[in-house]
Amino acid sequence: MKLRGKSHKFGDDISTDLIAPGRLFHLRTNLPELAKHVLEDADPEFAKKVNSGDFVVAGKNFGLGSSREHAPTIIKLAGAGAILAQSFARIFYRNAINVGLPALICDTTKIDDGDELEVDIEAGKIKNLTKDITIETPPLPRAMLNILEDGGLVKHFKKHGGFKLD
Amino acid sequence: MGKTLAEKILGERSGKDVCAGDIVVVDVDVAMVQDGTGPLAVQQLQKMDMEKAANPDKTIFFIDHAAPSPRKELSNAHKMLRDFAKKTGVKLSEVGDGVCHQILVESYVNPGDVVIGADSHTCTSGALGAFATGMGSTDVAIGIASGKTWFKVPETFKIIVNGKFPKGVCSKDLILHIIGLIGADGATYKALEFAGSTIRHMSMSERFVLSNMAVEAGAKVGLIEPDEVTKTYLEERGRGNKFVEIKADNDAVYERVIEIDVSMLEPTISFPHTVDNTRPISEVDEIKVDQVFIGTCTNGRIEDLRIAAQILKGKKRHPDTRLLVCPASREVYLKAMDEGLLNIFIEAGAAIMNPGCGACVGVHHGILGDGEVCLATQNRNFKGRMGNTEGFIYLSSPATAAASTIEGRITDPRKYI
Ligand code: SF4
Repeated sequence: MKLRGKSHKFGDDISTDLIAPGRLFHLRTNLPELAKHVLEDADPEFAKKVNSGDFVVAGKNFGLGSSREHAPTIIKLAGAGAILAQSFARIFYRNAINVGLPALICDTTKIDDGDELEVDIEAGKIKNLTKDITIETPPLPRAMLNILEDGGLVKHFKKHGGFKLD
Repeated sequence: MGKTLAEKILGERSGKDVCAGDIVVVDVDVAMVQDGTGPLAVQQLQKMDMEKAANPDKTIFFIDHAAPSPRKELSNAHKMLRDFAKKTGVKLSEVGDGVCHQILVESYVNPGDVVIGADSHTCTSGALGAFATGMGSTDVAIGIASGKTWFKVPETFKIIVNGKFPKGVCSKDLILHIIGLIGADGATYKALEFAGSTIRHMSMSERFVLSNMAVEAGAKVGLIEPDEVTKTYLEERGRGNKFVEIKADNDAVYERVIEIDVSMLEPTISFPHTVDNTRPISEVDEIKVDQVFIGTCTNGRIEDLRIAAQILKGKKRHPDTRLLVCPASREVYLKAMDEGLLNIFIEAGAAIMNPGCGACVGVHHGILGDGEVCLATQNRNFKGRMGNTEGFIYLSSPATAAASTIEGRITDPRKYI
């Protein structure tokens, strides 16, 4: 899977409250509408700026907080191709893969807002085309790669009639 | 090689000898969703043509986050959950029954269980010696339908706590202190195991506070060995026969061991906007408080209401500070009424809310105004948490919250005890 797009840079500790705010709880059954507000409380312009295939790039502990799967779902619905962060909160990480949104751990200090990136998920390589450097990312565990390659957990479970973890 | 609590439980439930790092499929004993995450779980099950529950008696749909519903979209989401429960026979916890995690420990979870919940504080049940963790809607949906889920067996941090709490200091201060120490992502993907003489002397109520907040350090579970206290708790709820002993081995391998002596611990406060931004009360300057909120799955139990009532008895709230009290469950609510605690709160000027999440998540009750400060007994103080990104949330114990209600600013509770 190779992806190409622009970086949208965020800081550390972007919580699920910032991604999918509690005050918009009533929109959780209307995800396309909720997606118009994605990350609004961290960057009010993000939903308007993001183009299909762009990347959300952040610091440490991205997605901390609630288990709301709506958070990675609306990042994906808004068009982002992957999330790159120095680290992810556990539930968010698993949810992102489950909804078919690659979440990659890497040194994001080498990426600025607006940089053009090319991401090769299997190879675990991120090319920062603007800065002409390559950043390594540890490969996803096999179990998660299987889910991602199948297009998310629903499709994965249907296809295999269960979990295929190795 | 010896095993940690996490390895023991997951080994038992997967039928294999497991070590940290292994990926295992396990049987699910208890599964739950709430009104924020449930509708998506139902939609996923519909997509997969799997509208059923492997174990309906131990699958619970909670209506607690926006209960009663403040708007029609949420009313319709509630309807969807009720319809699904009728169709499949899963349990429904209605408006006013209480917060999911409190009801799980009161009525459903036993030591050694695997518990999955579409809510991050599902880790609360870990205090009973259950491998209980939060997941997203799809993971839980699949767990509901198939009775199975998968885990990577976590490495464990052992937190050994010794010493006697000073007067006015409690398990909430301890867990805030621990999170301040290891950081909001300090235990990401790990299991926490709480041990030591202080833990052994704690009531279940105090233990739930520790396990509840394990996720605020990034942890997957917060486990405590079941003991006599656990047994008594289960017996009181007619589940004494479900007690089993699960002990970590003496030679278990821990990634990190942290030792804490609580005998000098102070009341502790988390400052906005992260839980690990903690300070002992002696380092807190004058902070005026507009709203005090006592409740939630962290500190809305009867023991919490008792200590708050003890401090508020015969006192009035500060005229500039409003007080919201929300019992965590119907059981707690009834006890508080029987014991006369509600009278004390009402006479002190409180608004009593129906059991549920109350003001915690910013969906209905108690949303902050711009620039307003709330001191809450909940577990999270993220920006926007209580419904307004312009609000400021501080976290404390129920004792500190009660004392602060009287003085209208964050107050050391020790002078009131
Ligand atoms: S009380 Fe707060 S933290 Fe607990 S389940 Fe409800 S919203 Fe979540």
